[in-house]
Amino acid sequence: MANMAQAIRMALHYAEEKLGVTDIFGEDVGAPLGGVFTCTQGLKTTWNSPLDERGIIGAAMGIAMGGGRPVAEIQFCDYVYNTIDLLKLAGNTCWSSNGDWNLPMVVRTPVGSGIRGSIYHSHSFDATMTHIPGWKVVMPSTPLDAYGLLISACKEQNPVMFLEPKALLRVKGEERIPGEPDDDRALSKLIDAPLGDRSQWVPQWPQLEEYAVPIGKGKLVREGTQVTVVSYGRTLPLCARAAATLADEGLSVEVIDLRSLWPYDWEMIKSSVQKTGRVLFVNEDTEVTNFGEHLMRRTVEELFYSLLAAPRLVAGKFVPGIGLADTLEMASVPQQNDITTALRTLANEQP
Amino acid sequence: MSRPRLIKESSAPLPLDRELLVRIHDLMVKTRTLEERLIQMYKQGHGYFWIGGPGEEAFNVPLGLLMKKGQGPEYDYLHAHYRQSGTLLALGEEPIGALRQMKNTATDPYSGGRNFAGHFSLRKYNVAPVSSPIEVQYAIAPGTAMVQKRLGGDGITIVTGGDAGTAEGDFASCLVWSSRPANPLPILIIVTNNKWGISTSGDGQHGETRVSDRGKAFNIQSKTINGNDPVEAYQELKAAMEYVRKERKPFLLEAMVSRLYGHSSASGANYVADEVDCLKTFEARLEQEGVLTRQQMDDLRNRYTEEMAAAARTARDEPLPAPETIWKHIFAEDK
Ligand SMILES: Cc1ncc(C[n+]2csc(CCOP(=O)(O)OP(=O)(O)O)c2C)c(N)n1
Repeated sequence: MANMAQAIRMALHYAEEKLGVTDIFGEDVGAPLGGVFTCTQGLKTTWNSPLDERGIIGAAMGIAMGGGRPVAEIQFCDYVYNTIDLLKLAGNTCWSSNGDWNLPMVVRTPVGSGIRGSIYHSHSFDATMTHIPGWKVVMPSTPLDAYGLLISACKEQNPVMFLEPKALLRVKGEERIPGEPDDDRALSKLIDAPLGDRSQWVPQWPQLEEYAVPIGKGKLVREGTQVTVVSYGRTLPLCARAAATLADEGLSVEVIDLRSLWPYDWEMIKSSVQKTGRVLFVNEDTEVTNFGEHLMRRTVEELFYSLLAAPRLVAGKFVPGIGLADTLEMASVPQQNDITTALRTLANEQP
Repeated sequence: MSRPRLIKESSAPLPLDRELLVRIHDLMVKTRTLEERLIQMYKQGHGYFWIGGPGEEAFNVPLGLLMKKGQGPEYDYLHAHYRQSGTLLALGEEPIGALRQMKNTATDPYSGGRNFAGHFSLRKYNVAPVSSPIEVQYAIAPGTAMVQKRLGGDGITIVTGGDAGTAEGDFASCLVWSSRPANPLPILIIVTNNKWGISTSGDGQHGETRVSDRGKAFNIQSKTINGNDPVEAYQELKAAMEYVRKERKPFLLEAMVSRLYGHSSASGANYVADEVDCLKTFEARLEQEGVLTRQQMDDLRNRYTEEMAAAARTARDEPLPAPETIWKHIFAEDK
């Protein structure tokens, strides 16, 4: 099965062939590299931009205004911070022009820990991005969802922030992308650029089919009855594994992959919490003013009388960076054990 | 009145057709009376903030007249500054739109009561929304120019902003993105230099002899002109636009202009007598050359002043946007 980087590449190929994407660009996005995470290898509308994040976001806005359909990349989300006012502007252009202008543009950026990226290649961006109205914000946790969400993003009339969990970019999926060959090695031969000289290389794209994951719809990853866990991105597979472990202990955990952070699938969260009465939110952004805090607030305000225990948040520590040493990274962002323990505690909590 | 130093010797005959001179003058007066009405509305409490372009009419009006007006990349894009009412009126906008924006009425055609005065936005003429953060338009403009370059044709992108704002990285972004040898862009990069930030003088802000000199490092053709002379502005803009249209390469134009009512209402919005008044200077010349009489020009001004007052009364009585409309247009519906 394809990994997430391959899935993104295939979605972009589909989008430039079928959905009118005109420009896939950013630092090192075009030939010869095809992106530092290889997500843009072999695509036909890619180009390398100057090393200028503000220029990249600005150009994407201008291309969208001019009638193009850009997919811009910020090499690491840690470097998107100097474009915050442009992101705000992209988000308010439709509103401030009273609906006259809209910006069909996608920005992709890798987020989070998991590659031992140290202080400036490990940051999360979900809390900051969900603070900017006018954008749709998505973060897949599987290759198939990455494919489907990116296709939806490329059909949007509005700016979409596509967050790519770095730690999952190389993880193979368990589901097939519609059209990808059965054999992983065959897929790699078709679409992975060779090492060394690639000047003569052209990819051979499989016959891909459209598969759109609607923005705003979560995924029920595992049904359960006693406690709900809501997550997305890198921590989602950890939550799923925790649920499997706890099932052996006789605990039934429902796992929701939010997939879209804005708009998000409140109906799915709500019906699950009404069923289980206990909910844990998990992400790895720093815990102060965290997106999970918003979800907790809404849970308390709207679902208080369905709750059997206080909702909880497992998130990254509120420290200025993620240190390079293994021990430091592990201590800074949620790990498997943190989630399993939190779920067990929550499930067993009695008033 | 101080003697205008930058204007060419007034003995030189006016090199534009009489009809065009009269049209430029008409629009300059219309713009000036509009701005004066906006300031008055602000001072009477019919608006929260004023910022606009009195002092820049001689440059902004020719710019609007010369733009290839329409929607989409075949036409010119304007990534505008907040002092460009003259350009908008020259494009054919009715002044009441600006008055409605000042009064934040639901009828405000540029933002529906959501944005400041002078923050125009007009998709039908490719006027990108003006937004308050200084210079962001310079980062956005290369995008429309890229689309135009790829399309072919002669549509160009025009971006304007102030001199103090050139200290922002976005100005450098614009120079970099517009002049990459592998992909030069059809973009007219304009800086209107009034020698001030808000209260920080140019001397305290930037050290280049001419802002246009910054183009040299990027091999961008550039020029500094007297933006207080509508004739020079018209001719230089025309030449620069023709270059960009034809060569599909960037041009950096610095226009020296005045800031006749200070920075904005934040600095009082009072007439600053020691700045060159482009309208007065132009009128003296028109009179001297026998293009228009003093009487004709006074009549025109009186007529526009009355028209603006009437339009302001209309705008004043119009309703504000309904509170629940805050939820409208957060996202575009599928078109
Ligand atoms: C990014 C940003 N910083 C600060 C301000 C506040 N501000 C508004 S106008 C202005 C001065 C702009 O001067 P200049 O660029 O020369 O343009 P001018 O107003 O003189 O035409 C400042 C500092 C702002 N609007 N945006």
